[in-house]
Amino acid sequence: MNPLLLWFHKLGSPPYFYRLAGRFLPWLYAIALITGAIGLYGGLVVAPADYQQHDSFRIIYVHVPCAWMSLFVYAFMAANGFVALVWRIKLSEVLAMASAPIGAAFTFITLVTGSVWGKPTWGTWWTWDARLTSELVLLFLYFGVIGLYSAIEDTRQAARAAAFLALVGVVNLPIVHYSVNWWNTLHQAQTVSLMGQSKMDASMLWPLLTLAFATHVYFFASLLTRSRVALLGLESGKEWVRALVNARTGGRQ
Amino acid sequence: MTDFFAMHGYGAYIWTAYGVFFVVLLADALAPLRQRRRTLAELRGRLQREAARDTLSKSALPRSGS
Repeated sequence: MNPLLLWFHKLGSPPYFYRLAGRFLPWLYAIALITGAIGLYGGLVVAPADYQQHDSFRIIYVHVPCAWMSLFVYAFMAANGFVALVWRIKLSEVLAMASAPIGAAFTFITLVTGSVWGKPTWGTWWTWDARLTSELVLLFLYFGVIGLYSAIEDTRQAARAAAFLALVGVVNLPIVHYSVNWWNTLHQAQTVSLMGQSKMDASMLWPLLTLAFATHVYFFASLLTRSRVALLGLESGKEWVRALVNARTGGRQ
Repeated sequence: MTDFFAMHGYGAYIWTAYGVFFVVLLADALAPLRQRRRTLAELRGRLQREAARDTLSKSALPRSGS
């Protein structure tokens, strides 16, 4: 077996993953906090006001990174769900299920901040625009995955059922992404482009990209924290968890 | 400074949006920590019960054997 594949197998082992994640976590939280603070400072203080939307455009710095995350986290969850269904890898089940609440949080922030931005810009808190509606459906998909996972008693069966639902829901991702092109309703088309020129000045763009980076790092920090807790519960009968709990108890008694 | 918070009249909207961002992500960050405490307490309890059962059955063994 080649070394990379070997390492992948090792990573899939819960005790190894638990220890490795524990070592990375403080760094991930620190990087997310620092880059997040820089991005927010850039967005709130350094970036100039928009010529048309004035200061209200500054909501973009929390709205857009969270909207990107709502799609990214869903794709991550579905990819892990796919691996869990096909290869029955326990760690993938854990990662998929740990992503769901974080994705739901990002989607919720996207909807609320979008609503708060819509009032001064469009004159309404909510409208059944294609982008808004498909993003709301995304939130319900996250709720469905979380609900199904907690409704089935056997944790591993629950994870596989919820992973299947997550996979079906992938069909909504292109709808959310292309909704602004397919339906000409209220929400504006994309300004920032991964490939090609962004229609935004560099002084306004860099805080946005910094915050996009910070939210990605935060996602992985929250994901690893949640996965470690889930593994403790899932592997509670195993020797490595006993040793870990005993070591912690021994220190306190 | 007050100018900064007023944001030319958009302050209420902007600070609401940023507030929601912070509160929701903070709740997201704290939730697994609470879950972790609960899981560890449960595991500790289970291990202690097992240990107690082991010592009980060990002390009972000589009598049942004789």
